[in-house]
Amino acid sequence: MHPALSIIVFTTLSGMGYGLAALLGLGLFDPAALATKIGYVLALALIAGGLVSSTLHLGNPQRAWRALSQWRTSWLSREGVLAILAFIPLTICAYAAIFHDRHLILPGLAAAGLGLVTVYCTAMIYGSLKTVQLWSQRLTPVTYLLFALASGATLGTLLAVSGAAQPWLIAFLAVSFTVAAWLAKRRWRNDGKALAPLSTPETATGLGSIGRVRLFERPHINDNYLTREMGFQVARKHADKLFGIAILLGGLIPAALVVVAALAAGAMGPGLTAFLAAFLAVLSHYAGVFVERWLFFAEARHAVMNYYGR
Amino acid sequence: MTSLPSLPTPKKLGLVIDLDVCVGCHACVISCKEWNTGGYGAALSDQDPYGADVSGTFLNRIHSFEVLPEGAEKIGETGDARIVHFPKSCLHCEDAPCVTVCPTGASYKRSDDGIVLVDEDMCIGCGLCAWACPYGAREMDLAAGVMKKCTLCVDRIYNETIAEIDRVPSCVRTCPANARHYGDLADPQSHVSKMVAARDGFDLMPEQGTKPVNKYLPPRARTALAESAIPLAENSAGASGFFAWLDGMLERI
Ligand code: SF4
Ligand code: SF4
Repeated sequence: MHPALSIIVFTTLSGMGYGLAALLGLGLFDPAALATKIGYVLALALIAGGLVSSTLHLGNPQRAWRALSQWRTSWLSREGVLAILAFIPLTICAYAAIFHDRHLILPGLAAAGLGLVTVYCTAMIYGSLKTVQLWSQRLTPVTYLLFALASGATLGTLLAVSGAAQPWLIAFLAVSFTVAAWLAKRRWRNDGKALAPLSTPETATGLGSIGRVRLFERPHINDNYLTREMGFQVARKHADKLFGIAILLGGLIPAALVVVAALAAGAMGPGLTAFLAAFLAVLSHYAGVFVERWLFFAEARHAVMNYYGR
Repeated sequence: MTSLPSLPTPKKLGLVIDLDVCVGCHACVISCKEWNTGGYGAALSDQDPYGADVSGTFLNRIHSFEVLPEGAEKIGETGDARIVHFPKSCLHCEDAPCVTVCPTGASYKRSDDGIVLVDEDMCIGCGLCAWACPYGAREMDLAAGVMKKCTLCVDRIYNETIAEIDRVPSCVRTCPANARHYGDLADPQSHVSKMVAARDGFDLMPEQGTKPVNKYLPPRARTALAESAIPLAENSAGASGFFAWLDGMLERI
C-alpha cells in the first residue's frame, strides 16, 4: 500500500495526542503546574493537527462533515464521530486546568476513554480490511493503542521533568508502554509475514483448475490509480533494515533517554539535563514511530495486486 | 446509507463474462469509457493525456493472463500454456465491503436490483472503498476527486428514450465476440443464469466473502496442439472410398 505522508502524520500525531490526553485525563499531572497547562494545549494541538492532516488526502475535503453520518457500518465514520466527542471533555479539562488549576475527574476519565476508543477506531479502519491480510490481524488495534500510549507517555515525561508530575512515575509508564508496543509490533510483523496468502492469482482469476496463473499483459502500459495506490513495494531487505532502525529510534534510544531524564530530575530536580534528555527522547521516539507507520503501509500487500503480478 | 440491503435483492442484475470467447480486443474498455465519460456523474478524466506518462480513470479493464499447466516451468514443457483474456469491472457484490466502509453514505447498494453505485455529490474522495474492494473495481477520478465505478450502465438499462436493443450495458452492446452477457442472476430462468449453470460459472476470489453477482465462465478444455496437428503426408492409413482405391493404385505403380 502507498504510504501517504498525510495519513502517516495523522495517525502518529493524533496517536501521541490521545496517548497524552489519556494520561492527563487520568489525573497523573498536577493541574496547577505550568507544564500541565502546556500539556493540555499540546494534546489538543496534536489531535487537531492530525485531524487536519487527515483531510489533506481527501478529494473533496469541503464535504468532510458528511463522514460523520455512517457510524453504523463504517469505522472511518466512527473515528470521526469519536474524535469530535473526545474533544469535548478534553477541552473542558484543559479549561479547568488552565484557568482554575483544577483537575476534573469525570470529564478526565471521559477524555481518556473516548480518546483511546478513537485510536481503536483508527486502527480498525485498517484492521477491518480483509483485502490487506497484514492489517486484518487481531493485533493491529493492540499495536495502535500501545504506540499511542507509549508516545503520550514519552511526551508526558518531558512535561513531568518540567515540573508537571512525578518524573519516575511517568517515565516508568513510558518505558513499559514502549517495550510492550514493540513486543506486540514484532509479533504482529512476524505473524503477518508467516500468513499463507488468502488470495492468489489462481483464486483471483478462477483459472487455478487449469494451471498456474501469471500476468501476461497488464491492462495499460503505464501505472493507474490502483497500482499507484495499492501496488507500492519495498524491498524486503530494506524493510528489515528499516524495522531495525525503527526499533532503535522508537524503542531503545527513547527508553534509555527517558530513564536518564527521570534519574537526572530525581537527582537534581527539574533542570536542563533532564529536559534535554526527555526532549531528545520525544524526537527520537517520534522518528521511530514514523518509520514504523511508514512500514505499516509500505509492507502491506493488497489482494488486487494478484491481478497485476505484484 | 451504507448498510447493505437486509434481504437478498429481488433482482440481481449483473454480467456474465465468457473467458472462452473474449479475444482481448479492449473494445468494451473504450465503449465503457466513452459512454460513462458523458453519462452518470463526473467525466472520466485522463492525466497527461498526450504525454509519456498518460493515465486515466477506467471502469473496465482487460488483463491478459498466461496459464501454465501443472508441473510446467516453461511454456510447452508439459501440455500447452494458454493465454486467457480477462475483462474486469465491478461485480456488484451481494456482501459489498466497499459499501459498508464508506463514511459518508455516498456508496450504496440498491435494494431493488442490487446495483452498487456512488452518489458523487456525497463522496469526499477518501478512497477507503477502493481499499476495501479486492477486485480493483473502483478508481478515484483525480480531476473530480470522487470515486468512480461501473454503474452497470444504469442510465442505459432503464432508459426508455433509446432503442430497446441498446438497453444493456455499453460493454455488452459493444463486444464483437459476444463474450459479455447481461441479465438478472436472481432469476434461474434468465439466459445468464442458464449459461452459468450449463458452463459451471464461478466467482472471483470467493474466499474474500464478497459474494459477487457477476460470474465468469471458464475457458473450455482444449485439444493439445500435438493432437490437433495436421497428419503427415506419408500417412494414408485413414483413407477410404475413392482415396483408398487411389492409394492402392499408386502404391502398385
Ligand atoms: S466488485 Fe468491488 S466495488 Fe464492486 S461491489 Fe464488489 S467490492 Fe464493491
Ligand atoms: S471515496 Fe467516496 S464513496 Fe469511497 S468510501 Fe470515501 S466517501 Fe465513500
